[in-house]
Amino acid sequence: MAEILVLVDHLDGDVKKVTLELLTKARSLGEVSAVFVGSGFDTAKDKLAEYGAATVHVADADELTAHPVAPKAELLAKLVADGDVAAVLVPGTAEGKEVAARLAIKTGSGVITDAVDVVASDQGIVAEQSVFGGSTVVHSTITRGTPVVAVRPNATQPEPAPAAAERVDVAVELSASAKLATVTERVVKSRTGRPDLTEASIVVSGGRGVNGAENFTVVEALADALGGAVGASRAAVDSGWYPHQSQVGQTGKTVSPQLYVAAGISGAIQHRAGMQTSKTIVAVNKDAEAPIFDLVDFGVIGDLFDVLPQATEEVAARKG
Amino acid sequence: MKIVVCVKQVPDTASEKALRSEDSTLDRDAVDAVMNEMDEFAVEEALQLAERTDGEVTVLLMGPDQGTETIRKALSMGAHKGIHVVDDALHGSDAVATSAVLAAALASEEGAGGAYDLIILGSEASDARTSLVPAMLAERLGLPQLTFAQKVDTDGANVTVERLTDYGHDVVTSGLPAVVSVVEKINEPRYPSFKGIMAAKKKPVSTLDLGDLGLDAAEVGAAGAWSKVEDFAVRPPRTTGELVKDEGDGGKQLVSFLASRKLV
Ligand SMILES: Cc1cc2nc3c(=O)[nH]c(=O)nc-3n(C[C@H](O)[C@H](O)[C@H](O)COP(=O)(O)OP(=O)(O)OC[C@H]3O[C@@H](n4cnc5c(N)ncnc54)[C@H](O)[C@@H]3O)c2cc1C
Ligand SMILES: Nc1ncnc2c1ncn2[C@@H]1O[C@H](COP(=O)(O)O)[C@@H](O)[C@H]1O
Repeated sequence: MAEILVLVDHLDGDVKKVTLELLTKARSLGEVSAVFVGSGFDTAKDKLAEYGAATVHVADADELTAHPVAPKAELLAKLVADGDVAAVLVPGTAEGKEVAARLAIKTGSGVITDAVDVVASDQGIVAEQSVFGGSTVVHSTITRGTPVVAVRPNATQPEPAPAAAERVDVAVELSASAKLATVTERVVKSRTGRPDLTEASIVVSGGRGVNGAENFTVVEALADALGGAVGASRAAVDSGWYPHQSQVGQTGKTVSPQLYVAAGISGAIQHRAGMQTSKTIVAVNKDAEAPIFDLVDFGVIGDLFDVLPQATEEVAARKG
Repeated sequence: MKIVVCVKQVPDTASEKALRSEDSTLDRDAVDAVMNEMDEFAVEEALQLAERTDGEVTVLLMGPDQGTETIRKALSMGAHKGIHVVDDALHGSDAVATSAVLAAALASEEGAGGAYDLIILGSEASDARTSLVPAMLAERLGLPQLTFAQKVDTDGANVTVERLTDYGHDVVTSGLPAVVSVVEKINEPRYPSFKGIMAAKKKPVSTLDLGDLGLDAAEVGAAGAWSKVEDFAVRPPRTTGELVKDEGDGGKQLVSFLASRKLV
């Protein structure tokens, strides 16, 4: 059976959930080989095995992570050239999509981004995308080369199916052009202890209605009670109340959690574009006419400074 | 310093979008066209870097005739000249084709034979939302890729950016020329002044077609795409669920609803 390559997303061997989702999808398409770049394979191995990676191509030379994007694309292109590869799945993150972009050009292959599903069919690999803020579902195929698909995080439920995760080391001679840009410093913001925004199954977001950086504690408290991530509208980010990484919407992150809570957010079309595919949507807003109420499963017309703390208390009480 | 800024014309996000049933491409007639918002930040960054280095900014756009409006907007903000690649065969081009056309335009005579120090793009177009073009362009040109920049600095020989990441940012540096893409956090785009709008009318814009670029129509547009839309379907819009007015127990009611959906 032909190989399906899955690019592993990890931080020092701590495997991101999106990788497990990709492995789960890849199993229905062919023989699964994970591709692990950087250090920390020993930490990652058990997870990769648990979710069905038969083989793991490991490339841990420092060069590969000292330069952004291009080395990973070069490594994948080499694996595609040397093996019998039916498709390459990469995480649909900012960097994953860039790796996909370069790989597509290098291998002369079509690329599909933001896939929410990938299935095998008579026409080959078919990717499903959800576009225009979830209002339209598109099915696409790749007509040239080895399909490269960037799959959106949180689109599949990861399911274990143990395999060997046998390590195969790959040595790459990077070309000069892969080393043109160099990472000289990595600035890691203090970890919040909360799940990543795009991976979280629950997201609680605050908007202009939160009215100040210090008031975001109200949003954070509910997120923590529910075990969720914290998001923000652009109005809140532009006001400097919450970091840019937390912005949900057209020019921010696209999230698709089981539950999205919008507090003090009006529901502008650009905000909706980033959260409309959430399974359940609830909102708290003072204004009964706020457009966010058009798409909620449950809405509370009221002041978020009353409703959120009470909800936080109630969640805690139910948990006992 | 010579800078090119790549801008795309996109449907206004405030208007509803739809795919055309004949060929599964965006129905552009149905919506107003504007400069991709992220590209306003790219233009602004190019102008600021040019002002600091006594440089020149060229605007490059691939798109239908009405794209001239977007080029004029960039010129009225202060860019010096424009290149407009327009050809009927380009309709339906994907990122692969777009990056090939932009690379060819940069290499052309109007594009000064590729003699640029910096090529600046937005990090994402609001219509297709692929974020593929900047990385593809860097790959095709064999130039350093410094993308998702929230800060750009150059001393004329090297460029250093802060690349936004999920965990914070990376400081990335390279020699020139280089391909840079920017996020909207980077600056505050200026509004064109009346003087700028008047001046823009006299600034040169060269128009190129595929023949000028030595590209084959079969390599671009829907015909040259490396992926194909097989089918699409419009989902019924979400409908409003239950709305309650907070009478002192709104928070509790909210949690009861979540519990009924097994979300707590
Ligand atoms: C090209 C482009 C891209 C954009 N990209 C994004 C994007 O990625 N993400 C994004 O979010 N926006 C984006 N925007 C901006 C978007 O259009 C809106 O301006 C923004 O989403 C508004 O944020 P908001 O809902 O927090 O603020 P507002 O629209 O001001 O809404 C605040 C809401 O809070 C309510 N409120 C106030 N006080 C309280 C209270 N005490 N209790 C309860 N409710 C209260 C108000 O009734 C109101 O409905 C973009 C815009 C453009 C033009
Ligand atoms: N047709 C085009 N003409 C000029 N620049 C473009 C075009 N398409 C995309 N770009 C540039 O590439 C960036 C990213 O677009 P995309 O990869 O399509 O999301 C945009 O912000 C523009 O700077």
